[in-house]
Amino acid sequence: MRELKSDRQHKITFTLDGRQVSGDAEPHLLLSDFLREKLGVTSVHVGCEHGVCGTCTVHIDGKAVRACLTFAVQVGNRRVDTVESLSNNEGELNDLQSAFRKHHALQCGFCTPGILMSVEHYLRHNSDPTESDVRDMLSGHLCRCTGYVGMVRAIMETAAKRKSGI
Amino acid sequence: MKPVPFDYVQAQSTEEALACLKDSDRNVRVLAGGQSLVAMLNLRLVRPNLLVDISQIESLSTIRQSKDILEIGAAVTQAELKQWPGLAESVPQLSMALPFVGHFQTRNKGTVCGSLAHADPSSELPLCLAALNGSVVLQSARRSRVLNAAEFQTGMLSTACQPDEMIVAARYPISREGDGFAFREVARRHGDFAIVALAAFVTESKIRLGIGGLASRPSVREWDILSEQELDEALNAFAWQLKGSDDIHATARYRRELVRRLGRQVIEEAKSARTKE
Amino acid sequence: MSAKNTVGSYVGQAIERQEDAALLGGQALFSDDLPIAAGTLHAAILRSPHAHAEIVSIDTIAAKALPSVAAVLIGSDIQQYSDPFITVLKRPIDEWSLAVDRVRFVGEAVAVVIAEDRYKAEDALDLINVIYKPLPAVINPKEAAKENAPILYPEAGSNVLSERHFKYGDPDGAFAKSKHKVSIEIDYPRNSQTPLEGYVVVASYNKFDDAYEVNANFQGPYTVHPVMSRALRVPGSRFRMQTPAHSGGGFGVKQAIFPYVVLMCLAARHVGRPVKWVEDRLEHLTAATAAPNRIIQAEAAVQEDGRVTAFRFVQLDDYGAHLRPPMPGPLYRQHGLMTGAYDVPNLAITNRLVLTNKTPSGMVRGFGGPQIYFAIERLMHRIAIELGMDPLDVIRRNLVASDSFPYRAAGGALLDSGDYQKAIDLGVNDGGLDELKRRREKARAEGKYYGIGYAAIVEPGQSNIGYLSTIVPFKERQKAGHKGGSVSHATIHVDPMGVVSVTADCIPQGQGQATVLSQIVADQLGLKPEDIKVSLEHDTQKDPWSLATGNYSSRFSSATAVAAHLAAKKVREKLIAVAGQALNVTTDDIELTGGKIVDSKNPENFLKFHRVAGLTHWEPGKLPTGMAAGLSETASWAPPELDPPTEGDQINTSLTYGFLFDYCGVEIDPHTAEIRIDKYVTTHDSGKLLNPLIANGQIYGAFAWGVGCALLEEFAYGEDGSFLTGTFADYLCPTSVEIPEPQILHMETPTPFTPLGAKGIGEGNCMSTPVCIANAVCDAIGAENVNLPIYPAKLLPFIDREETAPPQDIALSQRQQTPDGGRAIVGEGNIFAPTDPETVWQTLLDPRHLAAIIPGCQNLEVVGENAYRADVNIAVGPIGGMFRAEISLSDLDPPKSVTLSGSLAGPLGSSAGSGKVRLTQEENGTRIDYTYSVEVSGKVAAIGGRMLDGASQVLINQFFKRLIVRLGGEPIEKPTLWARFLRLLGFNR
Repeated sequence: MRELKSDRQHKITFTLDGRQVSGDAEPHLLLSDFLREKLGVTSVHVGCEHGVCGTCTVHIDGKAVRACLTFAVQVGNRRVDTVESLSNNEGELNDLQSAFRKHHALQCGFCTPGILMSVEHYLRHNSDPTESDVRDMLSGHLCRCTGYVGMVRAIMETAAKRKSGI
Repeated sequence: MKPVPFDYVQAQSTEEALACLKDSDRNVRVLAGGQSLVAMLNLRLVRPNLLVDISQIESLSTIRQSKDILEIGAAVTQAELKQWPGLAESVPQLSMALPFVGHFQTRNKGTVCGSLAHADPSSELPLCLAALNGSVVLQSARRSRVLNAAEFQTGMLSTACQPDEMIVAARYPISREGDGFAFREVARRHGDFAIVALAAFVTESKIRLGIGGLASRPSVREWDILSEQELDEALNAFAWQLKGSDDIHATARYRRELVRRLGRQVIEEAKSARTKE
Repeated sequence: MSAKNTVGSYVGQAIERQEDAALLGGQALFSDDLPIAAGTLHAAILRSPHAHAEIVSIDTIAAKALPSVAAVLIGSDIQQYSDPFITVLKRPIDEWSLAVDRVRFVGEAVAVVIAEDRYKAEDALDLINVIYKPLPAVINPKEAAKENAPILYPEAGSNVLSERHFKYGDPDGAFAKSKHKVSIEIDYPRNSQTPLEGYVVVASYNKFDDAYEVNANFQGPYTVHPVMSRALRVPGSRFRMQTPAHSGGGFGVKQAIFPYVVLMCLAARHVGRPVKWVEDRLEHLTAATAAPNRIIQAEAAVQEDGRVTAFRFVQLDDYGAHLRPPMPGPLYRQHGLMTGAYDVPNLAITNRLVLTNKTPSGMVRGFGGPQIYFAIERLMHRIAIELGMDPLDVIRRNLVASDSFPYRAAGGALLDSGDYQKAIDLGVNDGGLDELKRRREKARAEGKYYGIGYAAIVEPGQSNIGYLSTIVPFKERQKAGHKGGSVSHATIHVDPMGVVSVTADCIPQGQGQATVLSQIVADQLGLKPEDIKVSLEHDTQKDPWSLATGNYSSRFSSATAVAAHLAAKKVREKLIAVAGQALNVTTDDIELTGGKIVDSKNPENFLKFHRVAGLTHWEPGKLPTGMAAGLSETASWAPPELDPPTEGDQINTSLTYGFLFDYCGVEIDPHTAEIRIDKYVTTHDSGKLLNPLIANGQIYGAFAWGVGCALLEEFAYGEDGSFLTGTFADYLCPTSVEIPEPQILHMETPTPFTPLGAKGIGEGNCMSTPVCIANAVCDAIGAENVNLPIYPAKLLPFIDREETAPPQDIALSQRQQTPDGGRAIVGEGNIFAPTDPETVWQTLLDPRHLAAIIPGCQNLEVVGENAYRADVNIAVGPIGGMFRAEISLSDLDPPKSVTLSGSLAGPLGSSAGSGKVRLTQEENGTRIDYTYSVEVSGKVAAIGGRMLDGASQVLINQFFKRLIVRLGGEPIEKPTLWARFLRLLGFNR
């Protein structure tokens, strides 16, 4: 049993967006701060730090969770994926991202990376959601700009296309 | 909003975790899903010396069904329970209540037992435990004990769990033939803590009603099958005993009113769920 | 230029945004993402737990002793390098960037720690010990305006800082003659659109130049730039403000960052290194800013046919603890337009501005509109009820007539264009009002509560920068110099390769302004929007700016967009002249199209765009006579309609005036009083739509916040001034489940006052939606009035007037019930002690015993007769912390009764309370009855509101249980008759 001391930096090695990376963290360092400050993943935004707004949502082992309610020391040897994993190196957006753009599902874009990660996880297990299902899932995020209209359209359209294999 | 410094252990087994809890000189907190605890840590409301992470303990990650009981290990997430096949048959009330527990994203990490340990007076899972008269299994390095819901949750955010103990499992009774269940919740916003949550459990001869959101912990009443008028009177008495309080989201009167009005509705729903079987 | 030179048609098209790819892919950099200089330190701010208190002392020694801490600054430290902020009113109401001597709201900055990182800075905050002497606080604006109220600034003599009376036409005559007088009083709450990204400031100081540099997500207006530079005692040239291209939402709120900009500049100067501060959510909700809450007495003089001949408004606007520039803007932003969409010639206004112990008010989307339209449109609804008319008929009867534009409203607004009746026809027909009415009939026939509400409003766009001067009388304005107008800037640069770059003064917060500017410029230059690179980072040392620069008052589409259009035209004209010479044709015949500059009479005769642009760089000597070399054009735009206020206090407060007509159907659950918006239709005439996709986005967003304001959002305070909504679990922003999709309808009547014809569009639904929903709710339940936010508990009394009485055997609680939710924590209880009253009495009065009884008590010291001080470690469940406790016993009546009073102060907040303890001799012992009343303030109140009651109960129970144990007993609460009855029956509780 290894006790990580509060006043030391501890090396954490894990898979980030498909690449193995490592960084140092004290036990109380939040995953959101670790990704942003130590690893430069500034796409993980911080909106409330108490788990309500959903802005910091990332995948840990494929599940959408709040990075602000997770400590960096908890992700050792696990898989963390951020919004940066969705588009390819040539700057091509994926289908969900493109649908967000088409339906004007973002304005300031601050909440968007977290929402995209929630949707990606959700659609993997719910391929044929109703609008009310989608709204229920989205209610774990706050967006202050859009009124959610474009998001719901974009998600419904993406779900339908993925289901029909387009 | 950053936590105070603390030491951290990622326990690999229940024994390891319990060994950490033996240290009475330190303020040790158990971290499972962290959906309540880490928010409180970030706000510096909780200032532990040591955090024991039990989320990766495999033996605590199981859901086991026996004849009478569904036993949910301390590392089982709310999402895992919600997706567990057969939940709607085994413990229908949990399956009705789980969609109201936080959100998709918080259920992915938040645990069932963590919600019980947090003992929020408005939470759904402690309410169901109380309404169904379930229990929790507490373990320390020296002993293991089982407390029923009423013994376990002692008040506002308070439980009978001693500093050297932790919850290792929650036990929800399995639905029996002829049982009927219903769940209802009113919140100002989807996924919020309930203003009032109601869990009804009806058998051939008994009515059990649990209420969250009025008192400092879930409250349960059990009646024999009552006439309509008797039920109204019983609900009114229940509402006034719980009293409720005013806050920025609702008045005490509103809370009592929901006990009276929705209390009747959920009992009726549970009854009709019963007769359908 | 000749009309033959046609332009492109990207303006008006629903083009996808050029901002989106980087935002969606996670590459867009927000303020907190920008690189910072090595060695940058991080700040955290200690904030007041009290609404009103004198600062007796601040001990920073322990905090400064931490090795990671570079400095701790308090009010007296910053006074030597800075001045108080200048205010709109010259009154003795000095505010500094840190509290000096006194705090006036929960959350006011008291000290700033600068440390290696934010975690360590917060560690140090815990070690700062501030002793406060609490003062009476005042929260209710009506109470604050009274003569005997606690005064925030004693030097000012009153909390009412300004009172002005205005009359336009003959309101008194109209009221005297009117058949009906209809009135209503509204109490609009405090709220804010709370951007998801908080404030971020990175500041540095150059000691050799005595100059400050800042990068912050400030959104303007840049009238605040001189406020900051003067507070820092430097000229504007030595206060460089840079803003990023991406900001995580603004909604006006990011104006109020400015005190922190100054504070971080001072911190950077003090430590000699750059300092970064990132506001967290608790700080933001507690202390950033809020729209002012306002009480309005509104009255209308009405003729028999429903025609309104006069309005009278008495407004009391609550600015919180300080009057920060540009406050009190919301009280005057609508001043020329207080008659809304109606042709009402007579108008009386009384404006009073009051301070209370709440967070200082600031800019929030809507900016005065939500408040006044709530009064006007509720009043129109009341007129209909009182005259027995249909609300829509009352609206229609009073609208400004279609043939009267431009129309000068009584207060001075020059309504530019529109056809309000036609817009209502569109809404009624295409939105399906008849069907909605049928739905209401049907629902009501089924015994349901269903209502329809309406709102017709005029949406102002681009503020007159001088409107706020209306707050002082004409003679004072004459002395100070008249103020009016509004200036905007845009610059277009075309490089030698023909690449077009645009910069401008709009400071975007997510509105897609780069995309719209690219459309405007592309049209003029015959290019595609994606050919235009728009960079909207702003730098006060490199970019043109004016007082009006910024993102507010729906300014973009009639201000910066026009400046960009004008700059593009200048570039276009220059290109035409250069091409005309090169192609040897008259300029009238030249077209810019498809990336080419073409002789329209001979399409084979053309030059590529980049060739012509290149000529201005490569062959400056050959340019037409008098033409400047290169291809950079800046345009400024200042519409002439924005005059200063007249001698009669008439003011054209804005340049453009759009029109909205909204209606909705709501259903109220007859059991739970939950409110469901069944259908919402919003009809807009916002002039020319520059990009319909983006325009609708603005409407959806404003609507969503409008729904939030109607049903959920409020910054709540206890009567003692404690702040109760410090988290997103307490301040309720609507989610996707609460927001229905509104039906949007458009018509386009261009404004004649700008070349683009576009009006503002971003704020209308913030103004119309709250009152539209309130009108529908009142229609549903037959309420005369209802205050926002409308939540079910408020509606219950309308559905069921009397509560079912408690059974006779349950003692009635003494607790006071208030319809809107009382906020003082009161309680009572009793416990049985196995000793006689005399022993209980002696135990309570003995400090050694007391030390053992008080939960978590450490080192109790006697500070006077029956007065003690102690350190206590208080815990409720896992939540806990150290507090400094003061305890005293008074009203001693041995051995019968005593009053226990006390206060607590610590990092988690502060608390004060008292309780009466009564001892009654009973068989085998003493019955102890107690009542208590507790007020809690600071962090625990802000984030744990819904649990304070229970937590107080837990602690008080702990106290008495320990007392009983001390007396050798078992802590058993005396069961009530009912509980004993239940126990007899074998029930568990």
